[in-house]
Amino acid sequence: MFTRKSAVALLLAVAFGVGTAGAETPGLGKPIDEADIAAWNIEVLPDGTGLPPGNGTATQGAAIYSQKCAMCHGENGVKPPLGYSPLVGPSKFDRIDTMKTVPYYKYATTLFDVMRRSMPYQMPKTLTNDELYALSAYILSLNKIIGENDVMDAKTLPQVKMPNRDNFIIWAPDKI
Amino acid sequence: MTIRKRRKAPPEPVAGNGLLDRRALLGRGIIFAGATTTGAATFLTGAAAEPLKNDPWSLEMGSVVPAYQVPSRFEKDVIRTRSNPNNEFRNSHARTPHHLLQGTVTPNGLFFSISHSGLPDIDPAQHKLVIHGLVKQPLVYTVESLSRYPMVTRMHFVECSGNSAPMFSNEPVQASAQALHGLCSNAEWTGVLLSTLLEETGIDPSAKWLLAEGADSLALHRSVPVKKALDDAMIALYQNGERLQPGNGYPMRLLLPGYQGNMNVKHVRRIKLIDQPAMSFFESKTYSQILPDGKMWLFHFVQEVKSFITHPSFGHSLSGPGYYEISGIAYSGNGRISKVMVSADGGKSWAQAALQAPVLPKAFTRFRMPWRWDGQPAVLQSRAWDESGEVQPLRADFVAARGQTSKPVTNPLAFPNQHYNSITSWGVDSSGGIKHVYA
Repeated sequence: MFTRKSAVALLLAVAFGVGTAGAETPGLGKPIDEADIAAWNIEVLPDGTGLPPGNGTATQGAAIYSQKCAMCHGENGVKPPLGYSPLVGPSKFDRIDTMKTVPYYKYATTLFDVMRRSMPYQMPKTLTNDELYALSAYILSLNKIIGENDVMDAKTLPQVKMPNRDNFIIWAPDKI
Repeated sequence: MTIRKRRKAPPEPVAGNGLLDRRALLGRGIIFAGATTTGAATFLTGAAAEPLKNDPWSLEMGSVVPAYQVPSRFEKDVIRTRSNPNNEFRNSHARTPHHLLQGTVTPNGLFFSISHSGLPDIDPAQHKLVIHGLVKQPLVYTVESLSRYPMVTRMHFVECSGNSAPMFSNEPVQASAQALHGLCSNAEWTGVLLSTLLEETGIDPSAKWLLAEGADSLALHRSVPVKKALDDAMIALYQNGERLQPGNGYPMRLLLPGYQGNMNVKHVRRIKLIDQPAMSFFESKTYSQILPDGKMWLFHFVQEVKSFITHPSFGHSLSGPGYYEISGIAYSGNGRISKVMVSADGGKSWAQAALQAPVLPKAFTRFRMPWRWDGQPAVLQSRAWDESGEVQPLRADFVAARGQTSKPVTNPLAFPNQHYNSITSWGVDSSGGIKHVYA
């Protein structure tokens, strides 16, 4: 029987749609397998998650650096042309405007990650995994953070103890 | 019956150097001009206006309306200032001319922009956004599919956390509000709440962060707490009613209201739910700042309460004693602005400014203060409070906590540090000239 009550219920259903208000979404996202995201899935996390196979040393890295990096970042990571970042700098930060370079990073994985996604600036995402490990080794070695003969790979890179690691404090832990 | 002419006495100053009661702004018939006691307004110029005539544009047809209109040719100087005008192979910044604008909405053409690797030329029909990682079902969205989602429209500022950085200088840099504070703008954003999309993908309970990554050549990425993503994060598609500008993230950007500009990832193409912060280049280096005690702040995400006077300010000059309206912008990443105080005597005395409604959370609020300048030196300042109880720090307190440079900053494009939100002081001299001062 069509009652006043059922009429109200019908009106509400028309007004707000069926189902729980707020729970319905268009559902137009297309499912994708993680394997099909591989070309974009390039980040490296501080614990080493995402590091690919491969390895490299500072000696190997020096040759790649002079060919692909030095024109912007300067020979041996110092004195780049105006407007470009040096890669070698102080490891003590006792002034608020101390120049921040690689020794500032909390984790060595950041260096690998930024080169993998962004460098070389004019043709990013073209360095091979071995080149990335070799360049990481070279730049860390220039900063005397690792030895000249240390091999960087998925196991050793996350274990590098960066000189500034223990100086960071979280601004507002309650916001995380 | 005789009609008596209503006469009101001019308002008395409520704080030093001629600040008047803000209620004088509300159209209650208070006479501003001059320190008159006769009741009739005294006009400072003395001379009468010229006889009126028809100008040429009143005597002939104008141009036909264009498809997309641009400002009058007489507004050619109202433009952004650029850090890389010669198109060198490096990053580029463009700053908003706050001292030439009014109200609260930044026009799209004047919205600030920072690009670390140039503006990508993205075909919206090809652009994709994938959400994956610690989710139940990874999903891919397009501009077209998102256009069918429920949208929200919200007014929010975006501010580079390097905005105002020249003010870390131990000596005041002589530069305009555009040069000092131009890396902050305000727009009406329309898009899909990120929480709506995360509802579709589902979130694994172990996900504490997400990384957001752009489609630019750097694949710029930042880590964002899931807490913020579920609060008010938006995939923004429209800016002041039209599609996003290329320099502001076309065709879609992550909008994190109140959080530092760099986290509002432009051209966003990937969101991955993760269990730890990614420690990307930008969060590891540029946007973690050094403190005077040798410690560094990580994850200083919120753009804290701030205000600055735009009118009058450096680059303007006062044409003579008399009435002026002081006005400026206040905003906070914590929420709404609750109060703005203005001083004309370098902070010795303060008066409360009028706030232009509507006062919206995490958005520009225009404040106004009537001022009768007596022609003597004055120092104009503003100080804002927000609804969370935070107050814009005085410079001495800010420098004590956050430091300043040991040598004067000579390049206003430099970024000696991040997250400057202390007070800006404009020193007015007796000729009406305006300098940037510390007071």
